[in-house]
Amino acid sequence: MIEKISVLSGQDKEGKAEGYQQIDIYAGEIVAVVGATGSGKTRLISDIEQYAFGETPTKRKILINNLSASEYYELNNQRQFVGQVTQNMNFVMDVKVGDFLTMHAESRGMYNARSIIKKVLEAANNLAGEPFDEEDDLTSLSGGQSRALMIADVALISDVGIVLMDEIENAGIDRIKAFNLLTSKGKISITSTHDPLMALMANRRIVMSGGGIKSVLWTNETERSWLSQMLLYDKKLQKLRDIIRKGGQIP
Amino acid sequence: MKVVIITGTSASGKTSLMYKVIKLLLSEAVKVAVCKIDCLNTTDDEKYAELGIPVAVGLSDYICPDHYYVSNLEEIFDWAKGFSSQVLVIETAGLCNRCAPAIDGCLNICVLDNLSGVDTPSKVGPLLTTADVAVITKGDIVSQAEREVFRHRLSIVNTKAIILNANGLTGQGAIKLKNIILNWPDIDGLEHRTLKSSMPAAVCSYCTGEKLIGSKYQMGNIRKEIFWGRQHD
Repeated sequence: MIEKISVLSGQDKEGKAEGYQQIDIYAGEIVAVVGATGSGKTRLISDIEQYAFGETPTKRKILINNLSASEYYELNNQRQFVGQVTQNMNFVMDVKVGDFLTMHAESRGMYNARSIIKKVLEAANNLAGEPFDEEDDLTSLSGGQSRALMIADVALISDVGIVLMDEIENAGIDRIKAFNLLTSKGKISITSTHDPLMALMANRRIVMSGGGIKSVLWTNETERSWLSQMLLYDKKLQKLRDIIRKGGQIP
Repeated sequence: MKVVIITGTSASGKTSLMYKVIKLLLSEAVKVAVCKIDCLNTTDDEKYAELGIPVAVGLSDYICPDHYYVSNLEEIFDWAKGFSSQVLVIETAGLCNRCAPAIDGCLNICVLDNLSGVDTPSKVGPLLTTADVAVITKGDIVSQAEREVFRHRLSIVNTKAIILNANGLTGQGAIKLKNIILNWPDIDGLEHRTLKSSMPAAVCSYCTGEKLIGSKYQMGNIRKEIFWGRQHD
């Protein structure tokens, strides 16, 4: 069981030491990573994904329950504890959606594949616009459908302790539903984002600049009250978007 | 000297990854020599030469590159020894997958990429089953699920290998591979050592330059396909 992960400071793009010692992120926490394009958000996510131990360009170290990844492996005999959804990912397997999910469920040692596939498809369709089913070819799914399926699959089949997301607001899917699906109880969720809504839905946010971690901000009360207003605006905007998408005119 | 043998499918990222690994070895003042075996042409030697280390190229031309590799191993070993190298890296061509260049006592590394499809681990045969380390590349561009399925299938085909995720572009995995190399035992030579998998003979008329098609031009070790299923009416 992953109780916490720690990010130990490294260096920024110019080789300057980062101005913090250690950031501890506990199970159940949602952390956003914010900053301009090129500020180092993706690097930070990838450091965590590969359990960096000083060998990446940032020289950061990642600890799991105060152990290095290899020590953690040995103790728990568990290798796969990070799941990831990024902008660069594609489906390359030439199979039907249903067969693909069966394959994944079996590789995870789940043998009640039928019921889990149903759940994944339901969740994915709930995120994407145009519906799809298990008979569709995996590689013919649209960008939004693919992303929706990846998210539902990571949430329900991979079922890992740490979920890493990379700007899922750009996926063309219902980002708030996606966010809620991936940030279920007990997981550590880390998401890089340019979206103020996503950033404020997190407990705190890591601010990147010049390749390094600049600061860590907790979401305060003022921000939280802003968040509830923003969610209302977002709902209205979503309605308008749907009308336009479906070929209607705004009354 | 430690002998590292790199195999894997074509364009799986063998050279990019080894470039990063050798760079790390050099930064610890370890002496490395590289020999690249290929068929007709290669530019990998130029890439390795950027590191300022001894690089040799063996082009097998009209001979199977794996057979060519085996019949030149002692010479390659002596060549590297001549530079008092501590690590000899031999990168093979990685073509038909029927043969595997793995040698008992050497560190045998097989590099496969996620893009090649989840059936690859079961298709590459001895290339993977004889590996001490199986490296998986290009994980950053496929879905989490495909990564997991690929790794799972690989672990079924070779239950003993250390499995590493790596990225030749960012250097992910390179430090781990470097440490595995440094901890691998030295060997005195390659003579009398054995290939982990046999290499089939290929001595038919086409091996010796025949170009005409038809049974009457076929001599030597010929094997004919047996067709199953319904024939045309």
